[in-house]
Amino acid sequence: MTCPVLRRCRVAGLAGWFIALTFAICLQPCSATAEAPLAMSQIAQGVYVYRGADAEATAENAGGIANIGFIVGDQSVAVIDTGGSLMVGQALLAAIRQVTDLPIQYVINTHFHPDHILGNAAFVAERPIFVGHVNLPPALRARQASYLARAQEVLGSIASEDWFIVPQHLVSGREVIDLGRRGLVLEAYPTAHTDSDLTVLDEATGTLFAGDLVFLERIPAIDGSIVGWLAALDRLKGVPARRVVAGHGPASAAWPAALADELRYLELIAQETRQILAKGGTLQEATASVGLTEKNRWRLFDSYNARNVTAAYTELEWE
Amino acid sequence: MKLVIRPVTRYAAKPWRMRLLLVAIGLLCSAPAGADDDLWPDLKEALFPGQTIVSGASFMHLTAPERAYDAAVVPVQIDFDAARMDGVKVRSLTLIVDKNPVPVAAVFHYPTDNLDPSVGTRVRVNEYTNVHAVAEATDGRLFEIAVFVKAAGGCSAPANKAPGEAEAHRGEMRLKRLAEEGRDGPLEILIRHPNFTGMQMDQLTRNYIPADYLETIDIRSGGKLVLSVEGNISLSENPAIQFRLPTGERGGIEVGVKDSNGRSYQAAWPIPPAS
Repeated sequence: MTCPVLRRCRVAGLAGWFIALTFAICLQPCSATAEAPLAMSQIAQGVYVYRGADAEATAENAGGIANIGFIVGDQSVAVIDTGGSLMVGQALLAAIRQVTDLPIQYVINTHFHPDHILGNAAFVAERPIFVGHVNLPPALRARQASYLARAQEVLGSIASEDWFIVPQHLVSGREVIDLGRRGLVLEAYPTAHTDSDLTVLDEATGTLFAGDLVFLERIPAIDGSIVGWLAALDRLKGVPARRVVAGHGPASAAWPAALADELRYLELIAQETRQILAKGGTLQEATASVGLTEKNRWRLFDSYNARNVTAAYTELEWE
Repeated sequence: MKLVIRPVTRYAAKPWRMRLLLVAIGLLCSAPAGADDDLWPDLKEALFPGQTIVSGASFMHLTAPERAYDAAVVPVQIDFDAARMDGVKVRSLTLIVDKNPVPVAAVFHYPTDNLDPSVGTRVRVNEYTNVHAVAEATDGRLFEIAVFVKAAGGCSAPANKAPGEAEAHRGEMRLKRLAEEGRDGPLEILIRHPNFTGMQMDQLTRNYIPADYLETIDIRSGGKLVLSVEGNISLSENPAIQFRLPTGERGGIEVGVKDSNGRSYQAAWPIPPAS
């Protein structure tokens, strides 16, 4: 497989002195991802997961910070999330081709965040059906410009509008798709982590791909509604699964025990924010005090907690 | 007690708005781009032509997070230390986010001179920038203070995280009592309004949503205007205004707002909310 990153760099390299620099920048993501298949774990029969890095997106990890995976049926394959760049998507495709030659029938996006969706472009040539929550296309379009700017800041000019492949098969309630004697149950949730959360349950093995409705070890990020997310957790815990693939954290975790940490965190944020609001506390007071007892329990706490409190405060002040 | 009450129109007068617009256009066209450029000398001259602005650091405090958690909701507070004001009475306070497309976020006008002019609000920040506050005294003197805020993308961030719900509640208001200092403590008015910047994408049509923002927020107590705020696109969605009532003011509170499309909304509370 030719690496498009390298191809572009060679073109840019025609500028002579520019060659060394561009190769130094561009070789890394290619050698780290696109040329080498992602290292997948088979967490259940026919269910493969790549565990994303617990970090912000960087050139080194090429945006490969979310858990992504695929499920192999008798007749076809479904991909669930594609990573934070074309390169991660290509590496995922290479990993799939090490396992099976079956057609990739579905690429399912659990929500619109770039670390889950920007690898879609790597699958276009496979002609899958891209699947997402009914709210996903407008939500992604509204954010596309800022996501693209951020991707270019981190990954360079390789990041392009072509990476924004928007699902055309949209799910608004519950739907079952079949990979050949293997049914996947898709469920669209009301606004929670985002307004476009979609879960995938592999009935054959009881494996739930929860997307970012479930975070493990990495601090949850509220980009939807804290009240909605708590309601979603209440509904999620009734899903008859044996294990969960969280959007971030270990590739596989026991269900529903894996919900406990996130539930504790979100309930604490809601409770402490409501207490601040009840006594007339300001947004500044809330961001300076809410949730701090959770500090040592989550990775990237300092990067996201105050932002989560801002989201919770500006939502709950209208209760 | 001496109350200087001026008609509302004085505060929402067109020349100011025109000036804001010209400043925005002028800067977009003429300012050299670059992260390290200090726009303040040009901005200052455009907003306060020919006037001298001295440091207000001895009695003004501007508080904002050095690194904002959410660039679309950056809390900013300007506090005045009455004991150190040395007779300065504040007539207006201009809040400026230097590098925003429309730098003037809000102008607070104080028709009465027995009011603690300390105020707070939430602003959008489009890129790393200085935030300035300029107080104009009744004798015409100008005082400034600034802080640097690291945040980016606040003006184009999507309008709201749960589309549809906000629109249904447009114009709804809340009056919050902050802290526990009795009736004289700070209050906060919250107004449900998208305060569209003109830089946000419509989620359905993929066109830019036209700017649609609060232009005036008039706060009255006991029927008298106590604070009049000129807003602009740099105020966050669901604008919030923190303020104090004039000393000894005991009347009910009425708030009237008007947006850039001419829609107006009113709310009234019989007395400041009890704890």
